[in-house]
Amino acid sequence: MSIAYFDHAAATPVRPEVLEEMLPYFRERFGNPSAVYDLGSGIKEVLEEQRAKVARLLGARPQEIIFTSSGAEANNLAVKGAALAHLKKGRHVIVSGIEHHSVLNAARYLEKFHDFEATFLPVDRFGQVDPERLRQALTPATVLVSIQVASNEIGTIQNIPALAAVCREAGVLFHTDAVAAAGQIPLNVEELGVDLLTLSGPALGGPKGVGALYFRKRLRLVPQIHGGIQEDGRRGGTENVPGIVGLGKAAELAATELADKGPYLASLRDRLVEGVLKAVPEVIYTGHPKRRLPGHASFCFEGVEGEALVFLLSRQGVYANTGSACASKALKVSPVLCAIGLSPAVAQGSLVFTLERSNTAADLEAVFTHLPPAVARLRSFSPVWHKKMAAGGAGP
Amino acid sequence: MYSPVVMEHFNNPRNAGVMEDPDGVGEVGNPACGDMMTFFIKVKDDRIVDIKFQTFGCVAAIAVSSMVSEMAKGKTLDEAARITNKDVAEVLGGLPKNKLHCSNLGADALARAIADYRRKHGTAH
Repeated sequence: MSIAYFDHAAATPVRPEVLEEMLPYFRERFGNPSAVYDLGSGIKEVLEEQRAKVARLLGARPQEIIFTSSGAEANNLAVKGAALAHLKKGRHVIVSGIEHHSVLNAARYLEKFHDFEATFLPVDRFGQVDPERLRQALTPATVLVSIQVASNEIGTIQNIPALAAVCREAGVLFHTDAVAAAGQIPLNVEELGVDLLTLSGPALGGPKGVGALYFRKRLRLVPQIHGGIQEDGRRGGTENVPGIVGLGKAAELAATELADKGPYLASLRDRLVEGVLKAVPEVIYTGHPKRRLPGHASFCFEGVEGEALVFLLSRQGVYANTGSACASKALKVSPVLCAIGLSPAVAQGSLVFTLERSNTAADLEAVFTHLPPAVARLRSFSPVWHKKMAAGGAGP
Repeated sequence: MYSPVVMEHFNNPRNAGVMEDPDGVGEVGNPACGDMMTFFIKVKDDRIVDIKFQTFGCVAAIAVSSMVSEMAKGKTLDEAARITNKDVAEVLGGLPKNKLHCSNLGADALARAIADYRRKHGTAH
């Protein structure tokens, strides 16, 4: 059975070029970058080369990049590390209500253990944060605002330059989680106007277990992993050299491919959306219809539950994701889907497609072949669907 | 994450669909909580001669509905009413811990359908 894989935001294969670069650093070039003899010092230079590659992707300086173990760790270091380094100014942080859990829970941690106040900004029905609303939420005690570039659940791209400008005017630090956006749209820290930005390795076609944080030069951060003076004392622990080499290569490839990749993904995505909306009745296309990641399509199918739909599709070799409560370990419906105003019942029917360069027109055909009957089948014995139809809902 | 029996019932659910003129109907859950299950039964000589279910829910919820319908079909009302959540989870080869509530829904919906029949037909114990 051929495979049509549309869950690249969850995991994507390491690119062969990336793996190739990484391999020597497991055995031949195993030295510790902190070692003073030559086996180690060569490695230190390799790390600095990777820093430069990641910096180039973001229009930043190499010394403004910290390597971490994941996007989640970079988000923690940004939110907690920057907030705790600026306690003198105050104890208030603002994040959007649709951030990744690593940002939401870092803000809650500051509330619970450091007497901070955290504001969770609402979004409109497309998932957008209003810059005016952000301005009104700022207080003299606000030290940090964190709003993602784009959501991996609904694809909506925020107006980061406008949001960051509000913060800059007020002298408040601005962090953005760019994990979902990196490699899909251009990201330049000067144009965005951000002080901190999070990246993750796997989202760029690099390996799992590595991420990076951009921080504006001289910005103070309290380390969240205490240890030696790796990463200039901002993050302890021996560096994950193979992982960092992989991230560096992935960032280098992303920078050169971005111009072609975005339009390719967008054209594929548009055909996917058009085909799905045409083939299945009573579907909601979630997120912003235009201001969204090129490789992202997300839907809610009324009357069905997402986990069941994902399983039915996977049986046919079509792989997608869902924000359904039943698919989450905590059995809680996605806060993102609630924040854009969907009822919990409708949010249960969430299905998310994240595309990559490896996706083809044949993959789309697989979706068009297998998705409509899968939805119809689950609806055929769904009491929610039958009630909706009995109440005069549209469609067959 | 799911047992082969769960997957088999999810892939080929028994007795899924609507029933015309059921003798008893039992409904549990609500879509806001994520799951909703309805059981319809036809009863003859105190025995469940036909059964159908409708389920809005995950793989586990659908497999549970299918299994409960199969366990109840042909049983007397008393026998069917004794089917417990634990029985259902057990014959399914177990359920992930966070999905055990789905097995509760199945047995509860069946019990309500039986209670509904008895209420309508004046045979409540």
